[in-house]
Amino acid sequence: MRDADQSAALRDQVAAAHAAGGSLEICGGGSKRFYGRESDTPGPVLETVGHRGVVHYAPTELVVTARAGTPIREINAVLSENGQQLPFEPPELDGDATVGGTLAAAFSGPARPWCGAVRDHVLGTRVINGRGKLLRFGGEVMKNVAGYDVSRLMVGAMGTLGLVLEASLKVLPKPEREVTLAFHMERSDALVFMNGLGDRPLPLTGAVFHGGIVYLRLAGSAAAVSVAMSELSGEELPSSDAIWRSLREFEHPFFDTKLPVWRIALPALAEPELPGEVLIDWGGGQWWLRSDAPVATIRDPVSALGGHATLFRGGDRGGEVFHPLPPAMAALQERIRRAFDPAGVFNPGRMVAVAG
Amino acid sequence: MTSSAPTTKSAAPELLRELAGVLPAANVLSRPSELLPYECDGLSAYRQRPMVVVLPETVEQVARILAICRRRGLPVVARGAGTGLSGGALPLVEGVLMVLAKFNRILELDPVRRTARVQPGVRNLAISEAAAPHGLYYAPDPSSQIACSIGGNVAENSGGVHCLKYGLTVHNILKLEVVTIDGDRLTLGSNAPDSPGYDMMAAMTGSEGLLGIVVEITVRLLPLPTHTSLVLAAFDDVESAGAAVGGVIAAGIIPAGLEMMDNFAIRATEDFAHCGYPVDAEAILLCEVDGTAEDTREQLQRVAAVMREHGATEVRVARDEAERLLFWKGRKMAFPAMGRISPDYYCIDGTIPRDQLPRVLGKMKEWSAEFGLRVANVFHAGDGNLHPLILYDANQPGELERTEAFAGKILDLCVEVGGTITGEHGVGVEKINQMCTQFASDELEQFHALKEAFDPRGLLNPGKAVPTLQRCAEFGAMHVHRGELPFPELERF
Ligand SMILES: Cc1cc2nc3c(=O)[nH]c(=O)nc-3n(C[C@H](O)[C@H](O)[C@H](O)COP(=O)(O)OP(=O)(O)OC[C@H]3O[C@@H](n4cnc5c(N)ncnc54)[C@H](O)[C@@H]3O)c2cc1C
Repeated sequence: MRDADQSAALRDQVAAAHAAGGSLEICGGGSKRFYGRESDTPGPVLETVGHRGVVHYAPTELVVTARAGTPIREINAVLSENGQQLPFEPPELDGDATVGGTLAAAFSGPARPWCGAVRDHVLGTRVINGRGKLLRFGGEVMKNVAGYDVSRLMVGAMGTLGLVLEASLKVLPKPEREVTLAFHMERSDALVFMNGLGDRPLPLTGAVFHGGIVYLRLAGSAAAVSVAMSELSGEELPSSDAIWRSLREFEHPFFDTKLPVWRIALPALAEPELPGEVLIDWGGGQWWLRSDAPVATIRDPVSALGGHATLFRGGDRGGEVFHPLPPAMAALQERIRRAFDPAGVFNPGRMVAVAG
Repeated sequence: MTSSAPTTKSAAPELLRELAGVLPAANVLSRPSELLPYECDGLSAYRQRPMVVVLPETVEQVARILAICRRRGLPVVARGAGTGLSGGALPLVEGVLMVLAKFNRILELDPVRRTARVQPGVRNLAISEAAAPHGLYYAPDPSSQIACSIGGNVAENSGGVHCLKYGLTVHNILKLEVVTIDGDRLTLGSNAPDSPGYDMMAAMTGSEGLLGIVVEITVRLLPLPTHTSLVLAAFDDVESAGAAVGGVIAAGIIPAGLEMMDNFAIRATEDFAHCGYPVDAEAILLCEVDGTAEDTREQLQRVAAVMREHGATEVRVARDEAERLLFWKGRKMAFPAMGRISPDYYCIDGTIPRDQLPRVLGKMKEWSAEFGLRVANVFHAGDGNLHPLILYDANQPGELERTEAFAGKILDLCVEVGGTITGEHGVGVEKINQMCTQFASDELEQFHALKEAFDPRGLLNPGKAVPTLQRCAEFGAMHVHRGELPFPELERF
């Protein structure tokens, strides 16, 4: 597909829907259709894949700006030619994942605890709000505190605050060397071990526990990696990349299941008893659970430890797939949504059920 | 900027009685002499005496004061340490100034999970000091860190010398407890990597006290780097130094800090701090790298090579920790040093793409001659965050106005080259007109709508950070935004 700027056409579609009191389902490459709530009142699809292309890339500025429909795979390729990468390691999902969808769903890969999440790398956006207005927030510079940080607010909003047309993302150099080490241990020990790695500055960019094994990814300068390797010992895997790629792309055998898959975010060292098999990523911060147990048996122990549980894939997509908010917070977030999209044009019900 | 004599208004006795019902008498200030210290923040050209100052000590008191203000329709301005440089904590003539200085306790420091839960009035540096025995620190380090409060840091999304590598406040905080004007106590963020719903931490960080009162902050702590080294490189011209900044990044190095000082700043600082800077250099770069011993050594060699490739006349590596701290001392004392050679200085805070450094610095030199005002440059070069200091004398008629005009030109240029009017100091009252240059009316309307979701009656820090469309229309008579006539829908005056 060729690069094209469809901002004006997209804006006209939104403005028309707003005027007619209609709604729209924003869709990029469709790679995350499985995620979020099923819409209560599905409207016509607003396609962003035609609105694509890298608009500006300046390696020494550490920033890339691309249109919403640009595949993440394409961005990765462009950056790679210059020895750079997206530090938050978003999934490519067979090449279908786009910039817009990555921001909307806030999918960050295994490097997240050490290199930051999607939101940490968003420097600016162009968006269309629910009134059909084309707006620009932030920019391409590293530091910018003029106005509220609307760009970051778009991240994880599932399109309900606006259509992200374009995003400027901070990029970083690729590490010189990457290795993966394996360590055999019990789960509780693994949590302590992974958490303890943060006590000293190690070149760490991955820590996952599954099937009685902790896998660590070390990435950085060749010198730093080899020192860390000898300090940590552990058994070096022949292919450093395979496990991280499989986690990032949800291709790890753990995800090959008909059971509902839950994503659970937890504070360091929290160890809830959960009804099903788990895989622990992000050094203990992100747990994956395969389970069709009742929702309360999953959310209650997680809430008690200060975490939250998302029904990531499968299960009841018409229910509350995102962890419910306390009433005052839910009310405030609904007011925020209306501030951006008063008539409810975008993805109604994709995050929370449409009120009344 | 208007530095006309402030009007004052005394608080109604019933208001004082009501406040006295919530706070100990000593925590309600209303006599002119008591109010004086709160007339301004770090931007002293703006002064306004508040009607009353309150110093709550508990979250309960904050909520009750807000309830009183809500009922009476009184505006509330939060104040931390008052080091802000954009007038964000400037009081309002008919407003309540809520000073959070008494919230000065570190509530919990968890060395195992590497977090600290602190009250908003805690000084930035105090967190790192408390964490140091555990080998940890709080990364964002504004130059004002001995004085500024963490609550103020959250409200401004403050940065520091090390944010190129370690991020701004928004990247280093996990959770906030906030009291809204409606009296709701909300928890934003969490100790987990993320939270359900919208990214409320993004909305609140940098919101300059317009969305809620932050009453508790949980920050992330990092392990202290085991090795840190500093390179000082001197250059014959500012442009080469600017190019070397891009060169370091192009070499795949992300320094922990990368700062620039021009000749004027070097000389002034050297006279004051005696840190061994080369006073004949047109510019110096201070480049810090950190990590493991091997890593640091390797990066250091590469940085030194890049500096030489870009024409550095001298490349010095700090021999030891003492010399490293000495080199930094100069950088950190640059502001007070300016205060010594000029009665007043005005600090600007635009950010530009790094590759525009030579052009913008060149323009500034030109304009400096035109306006007859000296400019010193000391800034976060790695982030492209400029801090030109315009030296002036407020007692000379017309100098302040000329300074403002000069500053306005610099900020407009920042926007023109693809940057922003403020990298870390915030908009406050100071850059409110420049907001009309950077944003179109639809964008400003969106900001106002977001504000309304939090504060429907506009009682929190009104008149700051985001200009009304009316104001921009007036200001816009002189400015054209992105080549369009601003606010065609509004009536002209
Ligand atoms: C010499 C000097 C050097 C500086 N260097 C830097 C630097 O390197 N980097 C940088 O980013 N800044 C720097 N600053 C600016 C300033 O120190 C920062 O903006 C700092 O974060 C302000 O903190 P404060 O506690 O003084 O806030 P204040 O000035 O008291 O308030 C700032 C804003 O925050 C709001 N606010 C304060 N507390 C709260 C709260 N609890 N809840 C809600 N709103 C609140 C106020 O209403 C106001 O809008 C410097 C200032 C000086 C004087």
